[in-house]
Formats: sequence, C-alpha cells, structure tokens
Amino acid sequence: MSSLVATLRCVVMRDLTLAMRRRADVLATLFFFVIVVSLFPLGVGPEMATLRIIGPGVVWVAALLASMLALERMFAADYGDGTLEQMLITPQPLAVLVLGKALAHWLVSGLPLVLMAPLLGIQYGLPAQGLWILMLSLLLGTPVLSLVGAIGAALTLGVRGGGVLVSLLVLPLTIPVLIFGAGAVDASLSGLGAQAHLSLLGAFLLGALILAPWATSAALRISME
Amino acid sequence: MSSTKINWFKYSSPQAFYPLAGKMIPWFVVATVLFTVPGLYFSFFVAPPDYQQGEAYRIMFIHVPAAWMSMFIYMVMAAYAGMGLVFNSRLSSMMASALAPTGAMFTFLALWTGALWGKPMWGAWWVWDARLTSELILLFLYIGFISLQAAIDEPRRAARASAILALVGVVNIPIIYFSVKWWNTLHQGASITVNKAPTMAASMFTAMLLMTFAFWMYTIVVALLRVRCEILERERHTDWVMSNEFAGRSPETRNELG
Repeated sequence: MSSLVATLRCVVMRDLTLAMRRRADVLATLFFFVIVVSLFPLGVGPEMATLRIIGPGVVWVAALLASMLALERMFAADYGDGTLEQMLITPQPLAVLVLGKALAHWLVSGLPLVLMAPLLGIQYGLPAQGLWILMLSLLLGTPVLSLVGAIGAALTLGVRGGGVLVSLLVLPLTIPVLIFGAGAVDASLSGLGAQAHLSLLGAFLLGALILAPWATSAALRISME
Repeated sequence: MSSTKINWFKYSSPQAFYPLAGKMIPWFVVATVLFTVPGLYFSFFVAPPDYQQGEAYRIMFIHVPAAWMSMFIYMVMAAYAGMGLVFNSRLSSMMASALAPTGAMFTFLALWTGALWGKPMWGAWWVWDARLTSELILLFLYIGFISLQAAIDEPRRAARASAILALVGVVNIPIIYFSVKWWNTLHQGASITVNKAPTMAASMFTAMLLMTFAFWMYTIVVALLRVRCEILERERHTDWVMSNEFAGRSPETRNELG
C-alpha cells in the first residue's frame, strides 16, 4: 500500500516538475480559458441580465474546451522519448501510474481554472453564492474531465490528427459533467439548492477514479503494442 | 468427443465465415422484403389516422423503429467489439466495424424524421428535449467510433482501440441518458413499455413491429455485405483469398490487387 502511494507521489512530482520547466504551456491553457469566456459577451451583447443567465454554462463549456486542449500533452512527450514504454514494464500497476499522471494533469490544467473561475463569474455578474458553487462544481468536475480525457489521450496516442480526434471522442462522454456542473450554479441561484447536483458530480468523480485509470491502462497497452 | 457435436467456433474464422455470409445474404434480403412490404402496407393503409395528429403521425413507423435500431445496433456493436477484445477474434471486430455505419445511419434517420415530425406537432424542427438530445449524443458516439477506426492505419490496433471506446461508451450511455432526461423533459411519454400494454391501436403496433423487423433484417444484410468486403481487404495476402477471388486472373492483376 505504502509503495503504491510512493509510486503515485513519484509520478505526480515528476510530471509537476516537468510542467514547471515549461510554464508557457500551463499559462496557455489558462489564457485560452479566459479568452473563450471573454469572447461570449462580445458575441452575445453586454446586457447583464442575459450574461447572468448564460454565465455558468459559458464558464463550464470554456473549462471543457480548455481541458481538451491540454489532453494531447498528457502522454505525448513520454511516448516520444520512450518513457512510457519503461512505465509499461515496471512492476508497479499501470493504473496507479496513470492515476498519477491524470492527477498531475489536473493540478496543472484543471486547478488553475477552478481558481480563475470566480473572477470570470464576476464579469458575468454572478452573486457571491453562485461564485462559490461555481468553484465547488468545477473543483469536483474538472478532475473527471482529466480522468475521462486520459482514456481518449491514450487511445489517440501517435495517431495522425490526434488533437482534434481526442476532442471528438471525449467531449460527448463529458456531457453529464457539463450538465450537472452548470446546473449546480443555476439550481443554487434559483433557490433550489445545489446539493443534488454536487452529489452527482461527486459520484461521477468516484466512478471515474475507479474505472478511468483501468480503461486508460488498457488503451495504453493497445497503443504501445 | 461425439461425432454429432457441432464445432461452433468453425465460423469464427474469416475464411469459413466468408462463404457462409455469402449464402446467408440472399435469405436475409428475402426476409427484408417480406417484412418491408406488409410493414409499409400496414403503416399507410391499415393503421387508422390518429385522432389528434391525423395522417402526420405515420412518420412514426419509420422514426420509432429507426430510433430503436440505433440503440440496439450500438449494443450489438459494443458486444462484438468486446468479444474481439477479450477473445482476440478478428471476425468479431470486423463485425463491429461493419455495424457502425448502419447504426450511425439509423441514428441520423431517427433525428431527421423526428425533425419532420416535430415541425407539424410541436411547431419546431428541433427542441432540446431529453430524447432528441441523447439521440444526438449517440450520433456523436458513433462518429467518434468510426473516426477513431479510420485514423489508425494498423487494423488490429484500430479494432482494439475502438473496442475500448465502444465499451466506455456503453458504460456512459445510461449516465448520459439520465442526465439529459433530468436536464429537460418535454417529449411525450414512451408509447410502448415492456411491462404495460401498448396504448395504441393493434394495427399501429403491428405496423411498427413489422417495420422494426424489416430494419433489423436490412441491418443484417448490409452488415454481412460490409463484413465480406472487410474480410477480403484484411486477408488479401492469404492463399484462400488469392485462390478464391482472383482465380482465372493473370498473375499481373493479382499482384496489383494483392
């Protein structure tokens, strides 16, 4: 057990160190998120009443797109220099290594979005209560995006046109997260309470934590054959 | 081992299945015609006009069977893909990829006829209701499956990778369905349920059942035709394909084709 935790820690620390050496990539995802969210008022119009209604949905869709953008990088570098092959033949279970990589991916590309979201919510005129729920729903939802996205990233490894393909594969699978993520904020603002939505997001997270690393390692083995 | 025992695995080899599929196709063509002709007759002449919707409801005899088949084919496709992954049988993965385009076609047909039906009934081509939306997402899943298979050149890897995608999709379909259902409900309730008597006229039900079987038989015909092409394409370097298909051709043509 402790060796598994040590393995997980090792993979996470390694990926974080690598990400910190290439900070531009991390910032690019974050700025993509900010730019997409800022584009909507320019397209829809600056009426605060409209923006307040579409705000949670826009932030969530932008988070979805931003996390797709970063998915390609999850395994690509390790695949390119042969590290992934070494990971496949280590005695540690591959699912744990994959979980570590997904966790690091979330820390680099998901967590910044969660922290940035309230600022964007203010631009859309969301009240304080809505901002908290938005942050909470992103905190529960974005790890699911990283975990499910890992399956897509593993399947499209080394495939031509992989970047677009991975979005095509993963986006339909993440629709429930989008529905309940954006729905949580709406429910809270309309006085229904966000607890049901947040509980479901939590359930998705637990389900993805158990099933996704397993499916991802199967996909990696197929891609590396 | 008794001599009467049938070897069920014989036809899991592409070489043995290829001629069998060829023999089965005419029979299923006949079955398709036998179901389609009375099915259309019942749909247009026997089934009474609806007391609310008049004649416009008759598109249901295409729409509902197409929607059923779109979901059914995804399940069958995923089952074949899963078998291909577990037992490593080439024929199963070929069947999965042969079914995918037909499934996508039925999904599209269900959406298209749904739009045509929705315009006179609800006054809109498209409404974001639960069933329409989940059917649309099903179309996306089919497109993902087909494009992943198309993007990978090596057939074995393509089959195994898309099998994983199909299985992930199967786990996700109920979640997607219930999320979308909760998200919005406007559609009329299900007209046919397993544990309740149908709330429609018997002749309507017959027409719908006949059309469903017609679509089912059509799917089998098309899948078999497609799987035969797939078998030839993937096994083109083997001796049996060479001797069967290119018999009587000059060696130059064989080299070109092989």
